Amino acid sequence: MSEAIRIESLKKTFRLGFIPKPREILKGISLAVREGEIFGYLGPNGAGKTTTIKCLLGLIYPDAGTIDIFGQPHASPRARQTLGFLPENPYFYDYLTASEFLAFYADLFGLDRREKEARIGRLLALVGLERARDLQLRKFSRGMLQRVGLAQALINDPKLVILDEPLGGMDPLGRKEIRDIIVRFKQEGKTVFFTSHILQDIEMICDHVAIIVGGRIVKQGALQDLVSEKVLFTEVVLSGLPAEACRGLGESVSAKGDRLLLRVFEENKVEEVLALVHDRKGRVLSLSPRTETLEDIFVETVTGQ
Amino acid sequence: MKIRAIAGITFKEAKRDRVLYLLFFFAAAGIAASRVLALLTVGDRVKIIKDVGLASISVFGVLMAVLIGTGLVYKEIDKKTIFTLLSKPLHRAQFILGKFLGLVLTLFVMTACMTAIFLALLFLHTQRFEGAMLVAVAYIFLELVLITAVAILFSSFSTPILSSLFSLAFYLIGHLSWGLELIIRKMAPGAGRTLVRALYVFLPDLENFNFKTEVVHGLPIPPAIFLSSFLYGAFYTAFILGLAVLIFRRRDFI
Repeated sequence: MSEAIRIESLKKTFRLGFIPKPREILKGISLAVREGEIFGYLGPNGAGKTTTIKCLLGLIYPDAGTIDIFGQPHASPRARQTLGFLPENPYFYDYLTASEFLAFYADLFGLDRREKEARIGRLLALVGLERARDLQLRKFSRGMLQRVGLAQALINDPKLVILDEPLGGMDPLGRKEIRDIIVRFKQEGKTVFFTSHILQDIEMICDHVAIIVGGRIVKQGALQDLVSEKVLFTEVVLSGLPAEACRGLGESVSAKGDRLLLRVFEENKVEEVLALVHDRKGRVLSLSPRTETLEDIFVETVTGQ
Repeated sequence: MKIRAIAGITFKEAKRDRVLYLLFFFAAAGIAASRVLALLTVGDRVKIIKDVGLASISVFGVLMAVLIGTGLVYKEIDKKTIFTLLSKPLHRAQFILGKFLGLVLTLFVMTACMTAIFLALLFLHTQRFEGAMLVAVAYIFLELVLITAVAILFSSFSTPILSSLFSLAFYLIGHLSWGLELIIRKMAPGAGRTLVRALYVFLPDLENFNFKTEVVHGLPIPPAIFLSSFLYGAFYTAFILGLAVLIFRRRDFI
């Protein structure tokens, strides 16, 4: 599988303020995104995620390093033809209607009238905004703006879609819709590179992830390689037993009325808890083994730096 | 195609700006007031109408170019619409050129409207179409094109308030710099004169576009002057736009 994005030793320092003080944002980023995969780019606020994306898009000139998009230098018109971008908290010309807005972006790719009309119709249907076609963007909700932004990112039928926090500020239903659209991109053979703070979503749809902290990539790889399937602990919710009866078997996390939430760290102790509940005529209300999540990896990586 | 798209969106945005209509209202009021002034004046009343009318078109046109032009590029950066635009296969030079042409189109429409009011008022007074006025208006428009380029240049790296101040300073200097030519004539040859001459070449001379006196008083204008003024405007505008592109191309959009 060939590479959609290759970034080598990317560095960027900003000099801001009245008396410019250098602030190194990217300290030698290197990463590769394979064609056809969904790549999650994670990091705490100010880690350098958006700066990496802006370098990728040619909005910021890197001080050092190279960026290739499908083997082409990132700033070349051929590379730009292949990508679509949705920024974080997008603001668009709010006096345009959804179809005028998309037509404007289609003009930047030189699409002819028939092709333009066909794509606008298809994209508005894809993001569920057919009925808002002639509505001005100023009347759009935040979720609708995000969706029309996604449509403009796709106007050139890009091979690579770059999304900066596409799920930020969305309600659970909106998040699910965007997530489904991203998964559909993958099915269509597109490569998706996206940043998000919502780790559950990344875990749900990403193939590869990279974690950036303080301008350096501290961890990257396939999601299944990073997140082990080893059971960290088992959470048992039971009733009919006092917390004291379970002492030594696990950690009592909470007790509400008759209910007790017990965190058991060893597998053989789970058997003992079940036997104890059986002997004391209690009830097991739920039992859930907890494996490692991306959030665990993220928290461990970020706090470890 | 891409430049046309940017110019189109700029035109749409500019025509929504309330400042434009406010200035247009004052320009129309200024032109209309010329008739009142003419009534209070002893002498050739038509000349007063022509003088005040052309001055109104010029001054309010410049204000339109400056107040709208200085916000155009800045707004795109401030509201971050530039991120999606420049991520497309669009050169930064195409963006600047599109913005420039969009505002030039806006100013063309506004100048045409102001001129129509002016000529209609003149017609009411003289009962004839004063076609010669169009020459003065055409060169006022050429001056507006140059001021637009200047406003966009400052807008590409500065805030609207500072850009407006710089652009208005450019306008004022441009209309006063002809004084340097008089000084050069009176100075003895030497380093001082060379220095003042270099300054005169560098500074704009917007009086090159001022044909109001000649048109109002019906004085002859040699064709060579028309041509040299036109070329001066075209080259100066191209130079300023080139400078704007150079600055804009080197910018990081944080």
